[in-house]
Amino acid sequence: MGEINIDVNYLARVEGRGALHVRIAKDGKVKDLKFRIYEPPRFFESFLIGRRYDELMELTSRICGICPVAHQITALRAVENALGVEPSQQTKDLRKLLAISAHIQSNVLSMYFLSLPDLMGYESIIPMTKDHLHIVKRGLKLKKLGNDITDLIGGRAVHPVTAVVNGFTALPSKNKLQVTRKRLKEAKQDAYDTVDLFSEIEIPDFKRKCEHMAMSDPKEYAINRGRFKSTEGLNVDEMNYRNYISEEQKSYSTALHSHVKNRDSFMVGPLPRVNINFNQLSSDAKDATKRSGVKFPNFNPFISHLARAIELVHNIDESIEIIDRVPLKKERDEITCKSGFGAAITEAPRGSLYHSYELDNNGIVRKADIVPPTAHNALNVERDINEFVKNILDLPLDEITLKCEMLIRAYDPCISCSTH
Amino acid sequence: MNEKPKIAIFKFTGCAGCQLEFLHLEEIFLDILELFDISYWVMVKRDNDETGWDISLVEGGISTPEEIEEIKQIRMKTKFLVAFGDCAIGGCIPSIRNWTPQLDAESQVYRDTSVIQSTKVFGIGEYVKVDAILKGCPAHRDTIVELLKSALLEIRPRLRQHPVCVECKFRDNACLITSKKMACMGPVTSAGCGAICPSLGRECEGCFGPMSNPNTSALASIFKDLGFNEKDIKRKFRKYAGMSPEFRKEAGH
Repeated sequence: MGEINIDVNYLARVEGRGALHVRIAKDGKVKDLKFRIYEPPRFFESFLIGRRYDELMELTSRICGICPVAHQITALRAVENALGVEPSQQTKDLRKLLAISAHIQSNVLSMYFLSLPDLMGYESIIPMTKDHLHIVKRGLKLKKLGNDITDLIGGRAVHPVTAVVNGFTALPSKNKLQVTRKRLKEAKQDAYDTVDLFSEIEIPDFKRKCEHMAMSDPKEYAINRGRFKSTEGLNVDEMNYRNYISEEQKSYSTALHSHVKNRDSFMVGPLPRVNINFNQLSSDAKDATKRSGVKFPNFNPFISHLARAIELVHNIDESIEIIDRVPLKKERDEITCKSGFGAAITEAPRGSLYHSYELDNNGIVRKADIVPPTAHNALNVERDINEFVKNILDLPLDEITLKCEMLIRAYDPCISCSTH
Repeated sequence: MNEKPKIAIFKFTGCAGCQLEFLHLEEIFLDILELFDISYWVMVKRDNDETGWDISLVEGGISTPEEIEEIKQIRMKTKFLVAFGDCAIGGCIPSIRNWTPQLDAESQVYRDTSVIQSTKVFGIGEYVKVDAILKGCPAHRDTIVELLKSALLEIRPRLRQHPVCVECKFRDNACLITSKKMACMGPVTSAGCGAICPSLGRECEGCFGPMSNPNTSALASIFKDLGFNEKDIKRKFRKYAGMSPEFRKEAGH
């Protein structure tokens, strides 16, 4: 065997601009490995300084066009933690419905548009319309459902507008929510079919035990709040995040790389969520998991696709539950500014997302700190590829390359987020 | 037309929200594929044709020397170049940092700034000729459809120039400035969203950028009368289009 050089200069079917370079010596040892994120940074943490607390949801939304809702809710909660504000149950419920709708949209996009073409042997979803039109149509339908709910609750699918500090500027109409409820019911079969699709499709057999991390709450499947827990025993209050997680700059990447202090890299995302919060999934989601025959906790990163499908079943169930209980009463309390520090972690579709702000007496930002899921995952992606590539060196170079890309896409990286 | 028009979608410094808005055309997505050959779209395709395109939709601002070179290359290979959304038009929200010395912005985020190649962020029109702009953060999907339809018919797309106020009137919204004393940017902001925010109890923040020939100083003085201070007003204009000639004066130095 000669030396092997894997070079992907512009990773396809991921959000943003990243590259992969791997050098493997003749003896099969990985000499050099870079998940090189070269997306130009936008310096949010710099220009947020001097902005008002009530603009943060709107400004940080623009970190990401795929997961704007996650940034909005995280920013709102961090500000509320700084101001000592506790929103009403209705606000929490509507925020969860909003967040779940964004999960549906983003996870369907990842499964059907970004990764399924690899698993079915196509360059993209476009040629799949000829041979597998029903699958493409199902993906479009599910994605539209997620978008339409974001639109209904938030006023717009990309960069919604209604969620504000301590409430919403407008509430959805009861009638429209009932129409949505009916569509959610109908989508359940599509969600089951998605679980079937991703449990039957062949994925690489690969396992690497690493620390998985997610927000967790005994009472619900945690998305917007909870404690930050890991499979290695970490159990952290969001306000103390920085005591446990560090970031490091790599000269070849504009995304900072996270690790657990005095430990190693870790993984966030749908697979860690299902691993850590399996008990909080809806009973139908648990049943669907049983039928898939895949056991959790699971440490094959390619199972992330199936984890997204399982979450899709749960997300539909929980959306219906919220619609059935939310009273939709008008409420909006005034808030008063005060100085303070607030931090919040939520689960973005791609995994745990951290925001923190220091506000002065007038509610002006004095310091901002943001760590998106793909910055959390960047080092772990490298660790995974380092192990995975050794198992596939017998394959021709273009197949090794594709398989490595597939592993990266299993993480569904959001590269613009990671550099922000 | 015998061959389908070739489309390319590019991403520069931005959030991918405008590409997502394109992807959110789920209902007509299959029709678009029938009518157009999307030959370059890295976020969606692994095999991308770089030989040249009839229409290039460019999302994102330009903020590195590499991006300047790339946008020039794309211009040379494109018949009709579209600035797709506010970032490509004038840098949008990331352009707020243009008021901070570049090294200060960099050292706020990175320990080693020597490896960071960023410059201030500008719209693509700063470097190449642009044939059309789709306003908005994100660009509204209806305007994408309007542009694509016009391309097929070979006519000029009908893109709006009037303010959000007109859309509020169409929707029978009470004016938020006069009735609720809110600092609404609608009077100087381009229409195209359908007055989303004012219809949902929130003031327009200006995410479609300046309308044609806005009277910004009059609006700024109204905001002052409503009790907003100079810094608040600056923040209002230094947001989605602070670099635009229309907003530059109110956005401050």
